[in-house]
Amino acid sequence: MDFNLTEERRMLQDSLGRFLSDKYDHESRRKVIAAGKPYDAGLFAGLAELGVLGALFAEDQGGFGGLGFDLSVVFEELGRAGVIEPVLPAVLTGSLVAENADLVENIIAGEAVVTLAHSEAAARYDLNYVTTTSSNGVLNGAKVHVLNGAQASYLVVSAREGGDDWDKDGIALFLVRTDATGVTITDHVNNDGTSGATVVLDNVTPDARLTGGFAALELAVARGTLALSAEALGAMESAKALTLDYLKERKQFGIPIGKFQALQHRMADVLIEVEQARSAVINLAGHMEADRDTRERHVSATKNLMGRVGAQVVEEAVQMHGGIGMTDEYALSHFARRITMIDHWLGDVDHHLARFIDLSAGEA
Amino acid sequence: MDLNYTDEQQAFRAEVRDWLAETLPREMSEKVRLGKRLTKQDSESWHAMLNARGWLAPNWPKEYGGAEWDAVQRQIFEDECCRAHAPRIVPFGLSMLAPVLMAFGSEEQCQRFLPRILSGEDWWCQGYSEPGAGSDLAAVKTRAVRDGDNYVVNGQKTWTTLGQHADWIFCLVRTDPDVKKQEGISFLLIDMKTPGVTVRPIVLVDGGAEVNEVFFDDVRVPAENLVGEENKGWTYAKYLLTHERTNIAGVGFSNAALQTVKDVAAKVHAGGKPLAQNPHFAARVAQVEIDLMAMATTNLRVVSAAAKGQAPGAESSMLKVKGTVIRQELTSLLRRAVGPDALPFQADYLEGGDNAEMMGPEHAATSAPGYFNNRKLSIFGGSNEVQRTIITKAIMGL
Ligand SMILES: Cc1cc2nc3c(=O)[nH]c(=O)nc-3n(C[C@H](O)[C@H](O)[C@H](O)COP(=O)(O)OP(=O)(O)OC[C@H]3O[C@@H](n4cnc5c(N)ncnc54)[C@H](O)[C@@H]3O)c2cc1C
Repeated sequence: MDFNLTEERRMLQDSLGRFLSDKYDHESRRKVIAAGKPYDAGLFAGLAELGVLGALFAEDQGGFGGLGFDLSVVFEELGRAGVIEPVLPAVLTGSLVAENADLVENIIAGEAVVTLAHSEAAARYDLNYVTTTSSNGVLNGAKVHVLNGAQASYLVVSAREGGDDWDKDGIALFLVRTDATGVTITDHVNNDGTSGATVVLDNVTPDARLTGGFAALELAVARGTLALSAEALGAMESAKALTLDYLKERKQFGIPIGKFQALQHRMADVLIEVEQARSAVINLAGHMEADRDTRERHVSATKNLMGRVGAQVVEEAVQMHGGIGMTDEYALSHFARRITMIDHWLGDVDHHLARFIDLSAGEA
Repeated sequence: MDLNYTDEQQAFRAEVRDWLAETLPREMSEKVRLGKRLTKQDSESWHAMLNARGWLAPNWPKEYGGAEWDAVQRQIFEDECCRAHAPRIVPFGLSMLAPVLMAFGSEEQCQRFLPRILSGEDWWCQGYSEPGAGSDLAAVKTRAVRDGDNYVVNGQKTWTTLGQHADWIFCLVRTDPDVKKQEGISFLLIDMKTPGVTVRPIVLVDGGAEVNEVFFDDVRVPAENLVGEENKGWTYAKYLLTHERTNIAGVGFSNAALQTVKDVAAKVHAGGKPLAQNPHFAARVAQVEIDLMAMATTNLRVVSAAAKGQAPGAESSMLKVKGTVIRQELTSLLRRAVGPDALPFQADYLEGGDNAEMMGPEHAATSAPGYFNNRKLSIFGGSNEVQRTIITKAIMGL
């Protein structure tokens, strides 16, 4: 048993943490969002240069990481800084496009964003619901909540070749250029400042049919869930740190509010729960390479816990700040939105609770 | 014990319900139901409709144009308004300042200001909080110095709700810095158009700007705008806070929000079945509904005691805490109910734009901002921590 990071990962963590605290803050992010930009292209290039994207891929793919703990190290730092730049798409699609070496090289270099166009309006959080069709060599359907869809150069699209709407069998994955004929992408901003899109596919000819099916998709989403959970953890650490500072600094009735036991005990609970969240992320990262059933059980356990703890941390942090905690100008607002919205990506508390029960009974 | 409303109370409920059905414009109630932000004009026109019916000021005596309802009638009225998704009446003039003027203001002040509150000519806002004076309200520093027939005011208020629309602000100001902090505060009425008053909006976590900072830079305020006696403002402020806490339980709001959650859960599907049939979600909704049923009765117990003339004391703190916990839980249920459709931020839609381009279903559009915005419920009007302290001290003697 060893809970220390390897030397390489620790160095990546340090350099990434330093880079972000030098180059990135709430004010710069607010400016980007206010200017209607999806993210800061310069910052994204800087992250790529630092090797952040390379860390998400295995050596035989041209990267230098790719394992669970590589993802968790990177995303915890991104979460701590509140980064909205499109790193997550690389996790969601990286393992699916691995066979396409040139594309992976472009992803690692930060030159191509390849994102996952999978969710459909009626799917809610169920991965197996796909009604987009693939027949006679063309794709037809509509995808929603496509992260950075409007900034991507390629989409990995799930489409049905057989079976009914809810069957796991019959789902295939396709590489589609975003500028291909018949692709319509509508951009929008999310509550947490990230960019989403709806994608309509009208007789679209894909670039390639990828080798993986549902099982590959499930693994990609498991990796995405780990990344999101680690990001939520980083964001919670920041929310916790801001709150702790505020409890020491803010005075009412002539003393720091942190002297009030009513707040002290709740802050102690926040610390306890954030440590629980850290352990849950470690559990998932450590089982990312395990067999499917073990891995997926951890996916649901971790995502459920992150959603619960996330809500508690957000609500307590805002409450203990009073009015200041509700202002957009103050960094807590971003972490509050991001942590909360992470509960709405790739399955929320209830979804994963039910799924955990099913998986534990060998039924999912 | 009798849990039934009297015949008169039931007839009153029917009368209110019928009137709302006839009068409340549909586009207005839809905005409220869907959680969109109301414009100044929306508030003003609803204010005018209520005024025309004589129902604008439930707690005012008849001599000033009020309805003079008892606490149970007021509760019934609130419930019906919420059920019909009527806009919230902006409370600052009607239910905060007016009772203070009636109790402590001069006859001239009552004659001058009360009719203009009713007519909607004056929009009031509440200038209590300051950057350094939140829970510790008596720490206000905004200074008012007497100079002939005027006070000269310097300082800053913050969190001023809807101050951007206001014509007037009632303020707690420091008139004596050398005594115990509660004993040097005065209650001053300030015309927002006076030179030296600046309003700066504060954008909140949900992207809206309902609160403001208000700055005072050598603002000259006629001394006749002082309410009651100089340095007695803290007494008036506390009196006002007890009025701020009427309908603090928000049972009507919670009932309406619960209905919305149920409607959405019936519409939305999870795993191919209506979410309402999902056992996890159904359990969550049922749990809140059970709490709400009990809280509605707790509220009526307090309300009917108040109707018999007992002032609601520390019990209102109990209603504030439980009421806001339930309302907040309902906002988190709504965001959970809509699932991934809670993700998009739809600024134009929130601001009431009808032809704003929608991302996903209409019922989802305001769920996340609503969740974020309603964190305020446990912060303002005396935070829930402060209320718990009142409960332990005033009810339990700890
Ligand atoms: C949306 C919104 C609208 C508002 N509208 C108005 C308005 O129109 N006019 C107006 O005057 N004000 C308004 N307020 C201000 C509101 O009344 C204050 O936010 C509130 O009094 C809390 O003060 P604070 O924000 O300074 O927090 P603080 O008082 O600094 O409190 C920070 C935290 O410490 C806790 N705390 C403080 N003291 C104690 C204690 N003794 N024991 C235990 N815990 C304690 C608080 O509960 C809170 O959790 C509004 C606030 C908001 C958020």
